[in-house]
Amino acid sequence: MKRVGKPVFFVVVAILALLTYAAFFGVSSMYGDVERVYIKGAEDIRWGIDIRGGVDVTFSPPDGVDATDEELSAAESVIKTRLLNQNITDSEVYTDTSNDRIIVRFPWKSGEQNFNPEDAIQELGKTAQLAFYKDLPLDPTTGRLNPMPGEPVLTGADVEKAEYGMYQNPETGMSEPIVSLTLKSQAKEIWEKATTEQLGKQISIFMDDEVISAPQVSSVIKDGKCVISGSFTPESAVKLANQINGGALPFELVTRNYSAISPTLGMGAKDAMVKAGAAAFAIIAVFMILYYRLPGFVATIALVGQLAGTIAAITGFFKVFPSFTLTVPGIAGIILGLGFGVDANIISAERIREEIRTGKGIDASIQSGFKNAFSAIFDSNITVVFIALILMGVFGPSDGIFALPFNFLFSWMGLGTATAGSIYSFGYTLLVSIILNFVMGVMASRLMLRSLAGFKPFRKAWLYGGEK
Amino acid sequence: MKLNIIGKRKLFFTISIVAMVCVLLITIFIGPKLDIQFKGGSIATYSYTGNLTPEEFGKTVKQFLGQDVTVQQQENNVTGQMSMVVSLTSDQNLTTEKQAALLDELQKTYADNAIEASGVNNVDPVMGKEFLKKCLVAVVFASVIMVAYIGFRFRKIGGASAGIVSVIALLHDVLIAYGVFVLMGFTINDNFIAVVLTILGYSINDTIVIYDRIRENKRYYGNKMELGELVNMSINQCLRRTVTTSLTTAMALLCICVVAVMMNVTSILSFAVPMMVGVISGLYSSVFLSGSMWTLWQEKKAAKAKA
Repeated sequence: MKRVGKPVFFVVVAILALLTYAAFFGVSSMYGDVERVYIKGAEDIRWGIDIRGGVDVTFSPPDGVDATDEELSAAESVIKTRLLNQNITDSEVYTDTSNDRIIVRFPWKSGEQNFNPEDAIQELGKTAQLAFYKDLPLDPTTGRLNPMPGEPVLTGADVEKAEYGMYQNPETGMSEPIVSLTLKSQAKEIWEKATTEQLGKQISIFMDDEVISAPQVSSVIKDGKCVISGSFTPESAVKLANQINGGALPFELVTRNYSAISPTLGMGAKDAMVKAGAAAFAIIAVFMILYYRLPGFVATIALVGQLAGTIAAITGFFKVFPSFTLTVPGIAGIILGLGFGVDANIISAERIREEIRTGKGIDASIQSGFKNAFSAIFDSNITVVFIALILMGVFGPSDGIFALPFNFLFSWMGLGTATAGSIYSFGYTLLVSIILNFVMGVMASRLMLRSLAGFKPFRKAWLYGGEK
Repeated sequence: MKLNIIGKRKLFFTISIVAMVCVLLITIFIGPKLDIQFKGGSIATYSYTGNLTPEEFGKTVKQFLGQDVTVQQQENNVTGQMSMVVSLTSDQNLTTEKQAALLDELQKTYADNAIEASGVNNVDPVMGKEFLKKCLVAVVFASVIMVAYIGFRFRKIGGASAGIVSVIALLHDVLIAYGVFVLMGFTINDNFIAVVLTILGYSINDTIVIYDRIRENKRYYGNKMELGELVNMSINQCLRRTVTTSLTTAMALLCICVVAVMMNVTSILSFAVPMMVGVISGLYSSVFLSGSMWTLWQEKKAAKAKA
C-alpha cells in the first residue's frame, strides 16, 4: 500500500495555518496612513442587525392602493437615495412585487449615539412631493394644504437639481439658509408664464401637505431658477434639498413591520456568543484528543480549518462569494456544520479503532477505516446539503437560482418571494460548512493522519484506539 | 457490551409514546408562547436608570395609548442596565409616529430616569403567517427530498421504508424540542425555527449512520442472519460513535448554556437548551426507535408476502 509522504502533514498544517490566520486577522498593508485591505479578517464580518442592532422596516402602500411593479421599483430607488442622504450606506432594500412590500434593513452606524430610528423611518416613508401652487390654497381648519388644491404649477419632477446655499438678506444683513432650484428646460416656460400671471401675487410651495414658503412674486423669472427661503436652519435646508433631489414617492408608504434593536443590547449577545463558542471549541478539542488520541488531534486541526474556511466565506475572502451578513441563525448553521465535522472525524476514528482491534496493521487500519467511514459521512452530509439548498431557496431572494423551483409554488400560495430572512443565513453557513467538511474532515484529516503514521513514534496501535 | 434493542422495542415505543403524550399535555395546559413575529403586535424595550416600578410605568403607557399593555422589568447582568419591556398583544400595532410620541411622553414623565428606546418590534400578523407557511413548505420539501434520497441510496435494504421511518424519527425529535420550548416558557420565534432545522440535520445524520451500517452488514451476511439480529448488531456497532457524537455536541451546547446564563443572554439560552435536549432525543430515537421501527415494518411486509 502506498504511504503518504512524511512532509504532507506539515504542508497541510501550514496551509491550514495560513488560511486560519488570513481568515481571522485578514491581510492588509499600510502605506503611510492608508490601510489597504487585501483579505478581510473576522473583524470585518458584517453582523446582522439581530446581533449588532439596527433597524428592520417593512413598508407598503396604504390600504386600497394597488401599486404597479414600476411604481414599486421607482419607490425602491427613491428609498435608496434617501438612505444615502441620511448617511446610511450599509443598507439592504428588497422589493416584493407580489405583495407590494418594500423591506429595508440597516445597521447602526458605528459610533452612533443619538440616532433616532423612528425619525429616520418616517423620513423614508414620506411621499416628499414638492408642489408649487398659485396663491395659497390652505385649508382654514387644519392650516395645511387644501384637499382640493387644483393642479400644481410645478412639482418636484420638474426640478433639475436642488442646492443648499446661504443668502445675505439685504434688509437685515443676516445670513439665511436657502434652497435654490434649477428647473428642467421644459419647465422654464411654464415657470415664466406662472410668474407673469402671479406678478404681485403669491406663489406657495408645499412639501406634501405642509407649506414651506409662500413668497410674493416680485419679477418674472425667465432663466428657470428659483430660490426657496423660509424659516430654515442649515440642517432643515439641507434636508429639503436632499428630499427634492431624492425624488417623490408615487404614494405614501405605511410601516407594516418595524423592529429596532439597540447596539448595546445586540453586541452583548455577540460577545456572549463568541465566548461561548471559544469555550465549546476548546472542550471539544480536549475531549477529542483525550478520547481518540492521534485521530482526535488531527481532527482538531481539521476543525480549525473548517471554521476558518467558513469565516472566510462569510467575510468575502474568496472573490466568488460576496460578503455575507451573519445573523444568530447563521451562527447556528456554523455550529451545526462543525457538529458534522466533529462527527465525520468521530466516525472515521471509530472505524480505525475497530480495524486496529481486529489485529490489522496501522497503515491497513487507517486505510480501511477511512474507506468504511466514507459512505456514512457522504450520505448524511449530502442529505444536509439538500436541506441547506431548500432553505436558501425558500427563504432567499427570489432571483437566486435556488429559489426558482419555489417561485411558482409561492405565487400560487400567495406568499411573498423577496424576504431574504435570517433563515437564509442559516442555509448559507450550513452549506459552506458542509462543503468544507468534505475538504477538511474527510480529505485533510486523511492526509494528515496517513502522513503522521509514517513517523516512528506514531507507530503504536494505542495511539489509534488499540489496546494498551 | 451489547444491548438488546430490537427485543425490547415495545418498551422503547412506549417511552416515546408517553413522551409524545406529555408534549401534547404541555401544549394544552401550558400552551406555546408565540412570538409577536407570528401573531402580530408590538414589543418595545425602554432602558432607564434609577428607580421605577413596572406598575407605575405601565399606567403611564396605558394612559397615553389608551390600550392594554403588559410591562416587565429586566436587568442586563453584564452592563447592569435596567429596562422595561412593554408588550401590546392586540392586532393594532403601533405606528412609528405613535412610538416616537410615546417615547417623548415617557421622557417627559420620567425626566430623571434617562429613558431611551433600546428595542422595538412591531409586526403585522400577516407576515408572521407567511413566515410560518414558508417554514412548512421548507419542512415538507426537505422531508420529501430526504425520503427520496434515502430511498435511492438504501434501495438494497428497502429504501422507501427506511426513508419514511427516518422522517418519523425526525418528527419525534422536533416534537420533543418543541415541548422543551413550551415547557421552559421560551417564545416561539426565529430561534425556534433554527433549532428545529438543526435537530433535523443532527437526527437524520444519526439515523443514516446506522442505516449505513445495516447496509454494510447486509452485504456481508445477506440473508444468513435474522433481520432483527442484524439490525441489533448494526446499532450496537455504531453505538460508541452515536453516543460520543451526541455527547460532544451536548457538552458544547451545555457550555454555551452556562455562558449564556452567566451573561444573561436569553436569546442564546432559548437556542441552546432546546437544541441540547433535541440532540439527546436524536440519540434516543436513532438508537432505540428508527432501527426497531424499520425492522417492524420489514417483518410486517414479510408476513404479508407469506400470507
